[in-house]
Amino acid sequence: MADETLDCRGLICPKPLIETQKKLRKMEIGKTLEVIGDFPPSKKEIPDAIIPQGHEIISLTEKDGVWHIIIKKMK
Amino acid sequence: MPKVTIVMFSGDLDKALSAFVIATGAAAMGWDVTIVFTFWGINIVRDEKKKAIRRKDFTSKMFELIMPKGANKLRLSKMNMLGLGKAMMKKRMAAKNVQSLRQFIKDAKELGVKFLVCGLPMEIMGLQKEEFIDEVDGICTVSEYLREAKGAELNLFI
Repeated sequence: MADETLDCRGLICPKPLIETQKKLRKMEIGKTLEVIGDFPPSKKEIPDAIIPQGHEIISLTEKDGVWHIIIKKMK
Repeated sequence: MPKVTIVMFSGDLDKALSAFVIATGAAAMGWDVTIVFTFWGINIVRDEKKKAIRRKDFTSKMFELIMPKGANKLRLSKMNMLGLGKAMMKKRMAAKNVQSLRQFIKDAKELGVKFLVCGLPMEIMGLQKEEFIDEVDGICTVSEYLREAKGAELNLFI
C-alpha cells in the first residue's frame, strides 16, 4: 500500500498529470503515492513526466482499463 | 529542466485553453514556464470583480466595457454564434470532465507558472495593474520578454 492515494478516474489529459504533480509537491521525500486512472494516454504520460524529475516508479499495473501507478517521491 | 515561454496574444477562449494545457502540462513535467499576456490576451487575466484605482478617461472606459472581463467571459474564435457556441462548448467540456479555463489558471499558478502582463497594451487599453487577478506576478517590458525567451528552449506565440 502506498502512503497516499490519488483517484483520477474520469479525468482526461493533462489533468491526471497535473493532479499527480500537485500532490507530489505536497508530500514528503521518500513517501509513496498511488495514482489511479482510466484515461489510457495518461498511463504513459505520468511516468514519462515523473521519471526525468528524479522520482521513481515502483509499479504500474492495469486491469479492465483502470491503471494504478505507484510513485516514490525522491526529491 | 527545460524552459518555455508563451506569448498569450489572443483573448479567444479556445486558444487560451490550448495555451494553458501546454503551460500546465509543461509545469507538471517540472519545466520552468512563463506566460506573457499581451493585447487581447490581457482580458484572460482581468479580474471580474476588481476595479481600477485611478480615474479613467473616456476611451479607457470604453475599452473596459467592451472587452471580455476575465477568463469566464471570453469568446470562441470559431463557432461562437453570439455565445451559443460557447455555451455548448462549456457544457460539452463539463460533460467530458474538462475543467474551466479559470481552474487551469489556478493549477498553473500552483505549479509555479509565472504570469507577466505586457505594459504597452495596458497603456493602450487603459487597464491598471489593480484590475488583474492575483495570479499575475508583474508587468513586463519587451526586453524582459526577450531575455526570458532567449534563455528558453521553447517559445510559443498564441
